[in-house]
Parts: sequence; C-alpha cells; structure tokens
Amino acid sequence: MASKVIHAFYNDDDILMLAVKKVKAAKHHIEEVYCPFPVHGLDKAMGLAPTRIAITSFMYGCVGLIVSIVMMNYIMIEDWPQDIGGKPSFSYLENMPAFVPIMFELTVFFAAHLMVITFYMRSRLWPFKEAENPDVRTTDDLFLMEIEIHDNEEELKSLLADTGAVEINISEK
Amino acid sequence: MYTFSNRLKIASIILMAVGLIGITYGFITMPGTVQEAKNIVASNSGDHHGDEEAGVEAHASDSHAEAGHDSKHDEHLLHKLQNKPWSALYVAALFFFLIALGVLAFYAIQRAAQAGWSPLLFRVMEGITAYLLPGGIIVFAILLASVAHMNHLFVWMDSEVVANDKLLQGKAGYLNGTFFLIRAAIFIGGWVFYRTISRKLSLAQDEADDNTNFVKNFRWSAGFLVFYLVSESIMSWDWIMSVDPHWFSTLFGWYVFASMIVSGITVIAMVTIYLKSKGYLEDVNDSHIHDLGKFMFGFSIFWTYLWFAQFMLIWYANIPEEVTYFVTRIQDYNLPFFGMVALNFVFPLLLLMNSDFKRMNWFIIMTGIVILTGHYFDFYTMIMPATVGDQWSVGVSEISSVLFFLGLFIFVVFRALTTAPLQPKRNPFIGESKHFHY
Repeated sequence: MASKVIHAFYNDDDILMLAVKKVKAAKHHIEEVYCPFPVHGLDKAMGLAPTRIAITSFMYGCVGLIVSIVMMNYIMIEDWPQDIGGKPSFSYLENMPAFVPIMFELTVFFAAHLMVITFYMRSRLWPFKEAENPDVRTTDDLFLMEIEIHDNEEELKSLLADTGAVEINISEK
Repeated sequence: MYTFSNRLKIASIILMAVGLIGITYGFITMPGTVQEAKNIVASNSGDHHGDEEAGVEAHASDSHAEAGHDSKHDEHLLHKLQNKPWSALYVAALFFFLIALGVLAFYAIQRAAQAGWSPLLFRVMEGITAYLLPGGIIVFAILLASVAHMNHLFVWMDSEVVANDKLLQGKAGYLNGTFFLIRAAIFIGGWVFYRTISRKLSLAQDEADDNTNFVKNFRWSAGFLVFYLVSESIMSWDWIMSVDPHWFSTLFGWYVFASMIVSGITVIAMVTIYLKSKGYLEDVNDSHIHDLGKFMFGFSIFWTYLWFAQFMLIWYANIPEEVTYFVTRIQDYNLPFFGMVALNFVFPLLLLMNSDFKRMNWFIIMTGIVILTGHYFDFYTMIMPATVGDQWSVGVSEISSVLFFLGLFIFVVFRALTTAPLQPKRNPFIGESKHFHY
C-alpha cells in the first residue's frame, strides 16, 4: 500500500510537546513520535492508554509463588520427608520458614523475567531485528512526529510549520 | 492558621477521661494477695487461660511436688496479674511515644535528604512531634516507677532475683537502675532537644530574609540522625528487650525502628488527610498522599523483612537460650503474634500495591488503621509475654490505656498544630513541594 506520511522534525522536547497538543487539538491522528530519550508526559499528551505491564508482573509473581510452594511441598514433604538436622518435615507449614527465602526469590524471579519477556514481545524487540527509525538523527538529537496523509498535504504542512518544526519531509511508507 | 475544632477537642478529652477511668479500674481490681490472684484465675477457668494454667500446674506437680515450689509458682502468678495494668499502660505509652519519635526520624531524614516533595508536610510532622515531650515524660515516669519497685515489669530490677541469677549478675554493669534512668533521660532529652531546635529554626526561616536557618536546620538534622541511630538502638535494648533479660537479639534495634517509622508515616498520612478534608493544606495534592502511601508500603515490607529475619534465624538454629523467646510467643500468644504479621504485611502488601489505590484518601485511612492496630500488637507481643506471660488478655486495662494515650496524643498534636501556620512560608523547596506531581 503506497500511503504517504509526513515527517516533522523538532529539536526541543518542549516544542515537541506543544506541537503534539496542537496536532491533537486539530484532530489529526499521530502515527508515531520518535525521540532520542523519554519525554515526560508525552504519552499523556498523545492520549496513549496506560500500560498494563505491572498487572502482568503481579500475576507472574503469583505464578512464581505457587511454583515454589508446590515444588518444595512435593520434594521436601510428600516425596521424601527425611529428617535433615531435626527440621520438622511433617507438614509444609511446620517447615515453612526454611522455604521462605526460596519462595521470595522465585516470586521475584518470575515477576521480573516474565515481565521483561512480555515487554520484549509486546514491543517487538529481539536480536537481529531490523531497526525501524525513519531517520538516524532521531536517536541523537532530533524528535520526529509522523502523521499519515489523507489528501491534506498542504494543510498538514502549514499546521506543522506553525508548531515550530525545523524540517518537514514527505515520504512513502 | 489551623483552629482546633471544638468537636475534636471534646472527643480527645472524652477519650482521656474514659481511658483514665478504665486505667484506674485496672489498678483497683489488681489482686493484692496470692489468694486473690488464684481466685481470678479460677473464675476465668472457662477460657483458654484456665486450661493452660491447669497444664502448668500439672507439670509443676509432676516434676517437683514440693510445697516450696508451689508457693513460688503462686507468687509468680500474683506478680503476673499485678503486672497487667502496668504493662497495658507501658505498652500504650511506649506505642504513642514511639510514633512521635518515628515521625521525628522521618522529619529529620526529609530535611537531611533535602526532599523536594515534603516541605508542605513539615508543619504536620512538627505538630505530631510535639507529643515527644509529654509522651517522653510519661514513659520516663513509668520507668522511674519500675526502678522504684512499684511494679515488676523489669525482672532484673528485683535484687532478690539478681542474687540468684548468674546471668543477670553478669549484666548488672549495664542493667542497673541508675544507669538505666540516666540513659533514658539522655535519650529523651536529646530527642526533645533536637525537636525544639529544629522547630525554632523552621519557624525562624519563615520570617528570615536569607536561608541561614534552613542550612542550620539541615546540619542539626544530619547530626540528629547520627545520635538517633545510636540512641534508638540502645533505647530498644533498654526499654523493650530488657523485659526479657536472658534473651538478646542483634537486629532488635532495627526491628523496633521499622515498627515505629511505619507507624509514624501512617500517622503523618492520616493527620494530613484529616487536615486536608477540613479545608486546610490546600496545596497538598494526591501525589503527596501517594508518596506517603509508598512509604507506608515500603516500610511495612521492611518491617516484615526484619521480623522474619529475626524469627527465622532463631527458629532455624533453635539454640535453647534464644528460642524460648519465640516458644512462649507461639504457645501463649499465637493469634496476636501471627495475626500482626497479617495486619502489618499481608494487608498493606495487597492494599497499597496499586498506584491508584494509594491516591484514594479513604483507602489510606483504612489501611492506616490496620497498620496502626498491627503495630500496637507488635509492641504488645514484645512486652507482654515477659511481664504477664500466659495471663494476657485484651481487656479493660489494655483498651482504656490505648484510649487515654490516643486522646492525649490527639489533644497535644492538634493543639500544637494551631501554634504556627500550616504552610512554611519561605522554605527553599516549598515551591517544588507545591507543584509536586507524580
């Protein structure tokens, strides 16, 4: 599909924020914004939905806790309840304090690693992935706002020029 | 300026009056003779204490069936029952005093760290720490009464016991009445001294035209934190650990510290929310509450970490001289001992994890009540097993002691809040604090 997009470049994050607000006010859909560093409040200005990654992390933590409990209950209490140095292996609860360090670590392990993997999958990051930045300068010192064109090239151009863009390009996507 | 609302003032006075009546009742009904003590236990035989008492007696008659031992046991029972109103008073006095001390530590940390979000809350913290002086005097008076042998809270103060106890003789260089009171006086004096200086500099900064008062306050706070760390640790050995003079634990000072600072932060949050709901503290927004909620959450987990670290190390090694501490608590205090872990850990963990919940005032208040109840029982299970043993209950003495000190705390704190504007005028960070947003 040969759709055309407009690329507006900014050299300051404050100007970018104002520009995003103006473009949103003019009811244009912002396809993407590329920044060299996180701009505080940009997601709010763009109207992006809040992330749910903390919720997934909590659920992964619960899974880790269950895994550790089931594992140690099976190994230490049910499968071979040996007397090791007088520790009471009669029931899980009786010997629980000894298991807490592992329960804690596995909870953190599952919560952290599965959340990171979720993040990679959701944001499509992996080794040998082809970089997607439309202009190499966006990783160094320029901010780029990308808007799709629907037969309104001139109008968009003048709007973006008004917002303080230092450079405006049209490119095929 | 804040004005102490009449309704709150009357409520606090009623709390004090009711508490005082209950405390007096507790002391009046305290048994005076061994026979009275036995009657009290016999009349309670329906409940679980009676069963335990029977077990202890059976054990006593099994192993040493001598009249001498029996009478000693009876006298011990009398002492436990006589300790009940004293312990109830001591736990409540200590709990509210340590809340004020926890707030003072948090305040000094905020000053020394030059935090940008908290200066709006400095006057609230200063108001709460006004309780240090009256609270400290009461705690000191109870300690003085103990040294004067008016009660049996600290067994090492009984010269007859020490004479028959090699371990206590060995510790007598540290655990003796005079030195004990001198230490207490120095600590309470030092804390009140820093509080007075810092408050004075904080008020002077409002009227000044440069920042010298602020810088001085920063230095005093940094110095105080060093003193606090040392004195708090020794205080916890003296006032709390020494009720079990045969037992010792190295991280005990930290453990007590965690308990008091989480209660202190909770009280800051609750007083702030109250004042804001009354239309004072206009510039405090939900981000400030959110930050306090995060501290409540974090320090609750810190407390649990220390509680568990102390428990697990002793449980795992199971050395008889250390483990008796937890044996008595698990056998005689099962519900308060494990219940407080639920109140202090599981509740805050689940309730305060969500970022949105920490912004809701009623949520912070509800969680705060749970945390404060939990930490009262934390101090309860630190003191009671050594002083009243299996004769514990949460009855008239305990509840009215809490009510009395709650009333006094509210009265002192809110009266202190009326003495200065609730918003510092020219603290260098006040602008940042007003626009604090998270």
